Amino acid sequence: MLFEELRDFIVAQFGEESILATRTDNQQPYLVLATERLPDICLALHDNAQTYFDFLSCLTGLDNGPEAGTMEVAYNLYSIPYDHHLMLKVQVPRNTTPEQLMPQVPTVSHIWRTADWHEREVFDLLGIYFKDHPDMRRILCAADWEGHPLRKDYQLQNYYHGIKVPFDRHNEFNGFKGELRELTTTPTPFSDKREKPE
Amino acid sequence: MCRFRVLCLETPNTKTTYEHSLILSFIQSTLSTTLYQNYLLQSEPNKFSADTLQVGEMIVNMGPQHPSTHGVLRLEVITDGEIITEVAPHIGYLHRCFEKHAEHMAYNQTIPYVDRMDYLAAMNSEHVWCMGVEKLLGITGQIPRRVEYIRVLVAELNRIASHFVAIGTYAIDIGAFTPFLWLLRDREHIQRLLEWVSGARMLYNYIWVGGLYYDLPIGFEERCQEFIDYLQPKLDELDTILLENKIFIARTANVGILPLDVAINYGCSGPMLRGSGLRHDLRRVDGYSVYPELEFDIPIGQGLVGTTGDCWDRNYVRALECRESIKIIRQCLERLTGDLKRTPDFDPQAACPKKMRMTGTQELYFRGETPRGELGYFFRTTDRSDVPFRCHGRSPCFSNLSVLHEIAKGCMVADLIAIVGSVDIVLGELDR
Repeated sequence: MLFEELRDFIVAQFGEESILATRTDNQQPYLVLATERLPDICLALHDNAQTYFDFLSCLTGLDNGPEAGTMEVAYNLYSIPYDHHLMLKVQVPRNTTPEQLMPQVPTVSHIWRTADWHEREVFDLLGIYFKDHPDMRRILCAADWEGHPLRKDYQLQNYYHGIKVPFDRHNEFNGFKGELRELTTTPTPFSDKREKPE
Repeated sequence: MCRFRVLCLETPNTKTTYEHSLILSFIQSTLSTTLYQNYLLQSEPNKFSADTLQVGEMIVNMGPQHPSTHGVLRLEVITDGEIITEVAPHIGYLHRCFEKHAEHMAYNQTIPYVDRMDYLAAMNSEHVWCMGVEKLLGITGQIPRRVEYIRVLVAELNRIASHFVAIGTYAIDIGAFTPFLWLLRDREHIQRLLEWVSGARMLYNYIWVGGLYYDLPIGFEERCQEFIDYLQPKLDELDTILLENKIFIARTANVGILPLDVAINYGCSGPMLRGSGLRHDLRRVDGYSVYPELEFDIPIGQGLVGTTGDCWDRNYVRALECRESIKIIRQCLERLTGDLKRTPDFDPQAACPKKMRMTGTQELYFRGETPRGELGYFFRTTDRSDVPFRCHGRSPCFSNLSVLHEIAKGCMVADLIAIVGSVDIVLGELDR
């Protein structure tokens, strides 16, 4: 099934309003779905004999930063018998301030059990809560870790159980005497040093 | 100092006065060390609670510091005597922030980090990463043929080495020591070959975006051919000493049976999926690099000594894949000494892009077959930057291990070791 056919399949079953956007200028075309319709659409894509997306390859959370104010979850589906690929996405408001609720996305772990751990990982690293997930705990970071490290505005905590977390005196301890070089680059138009105009 | 220690060791039910707590907080703030009473007396976090156990059940923690967990993995197990009723893996002890690092580095600078994810199969990880970046840049078709064949050659050598560790350590888990020593002896030859190629034994940084660091050293093709001829009979020896071994079969056949539909639903891939009987290999399905031009079979588990999808089948698939890799290496060597012979003017870095700036915001999920299964990278590029906005690694072990509680329920504690070993996890990649 081609991408357009899959799109028509979803539109025929769930209506035009279930798809918020269609991007075909990407290397892999994708659909942005209405967040609350996601589990129904996924279940239909998984169960229907024409689509049969039985393998959830990858589930990725993305943080667009505090300026954009949105977060995304991308689902890469794969159908083993038909050899089809499909990328789906949902977008949720980021809710940056601590008073607001964590961004919420409905779970798909009842459709593909592999989403269980992947959603826990997204929850841990990006702070997106998956509604109706059976076991929403942190998975990679320690259970009492503060904050979600892959958020763009993440600040390290200073101490964790009395252990200093940012290791900022690394050079001092290791006898490094040279000039400090900034390893992290901010994406400016000319962040590449080799091509900087004189 | 001594007085403080005495105070700390008082049992919690003694009267805690205001002064007492003041002294405690004083100790905490001035010494800024962890009071062992507060943190180390029980393992945490726990999924199960001792309050809800049935009569006769108990919670046992296996790992994180135990050789049979193949790294730092903690299994929280509820057992009823010798029978396992529940198991919950706790991972993350080796989390090294790969994705955060990748967001701060150019694509080519991340290659050494990719090596350290799956440190037993670094060449395969590099290969997938570089192909993904090349696809983003749109230069997939411009890679010289000789470079592609060298990449496949070293990746398959590394695949054999990785499977040797998997099978060897699995044999140790089961209690057979000799196969481990034999396999590590042969793996040593592969490591030396790869050290000759790249200068490093395990973490190579050899495959670059658009090319290779060096061409193969002079004489490598002949030495590699000799090694392959030496290795072929050793695989027959492996079959005899391990796979046909009566004790090994008794310990692994009909243990940890993974049905195919469960495997697919849990996202298992690689030998886990093929052991359950599905002929699914991304080298064939996606046909990346030069794999469509190469002849090789995809072995699957057939339940020869037990049921399809048991621990023996998974291990059998790995052993057969070593033979297939040898086939691929033979064909690569044939091409590399034939029509793609080394020439004095061959530059392996000729197609390396001088700048890696992407145009526009692109998103791509690229996947490839490593010894453990489907390794994928999800990229989102930023406009006019060589640093990804987001990079996510989809680790095969991560999904493969998540099926553990499904197949380990109801088996014996000793069988749990056999099951964990047959999943073939590398914690560096699992925790990223």
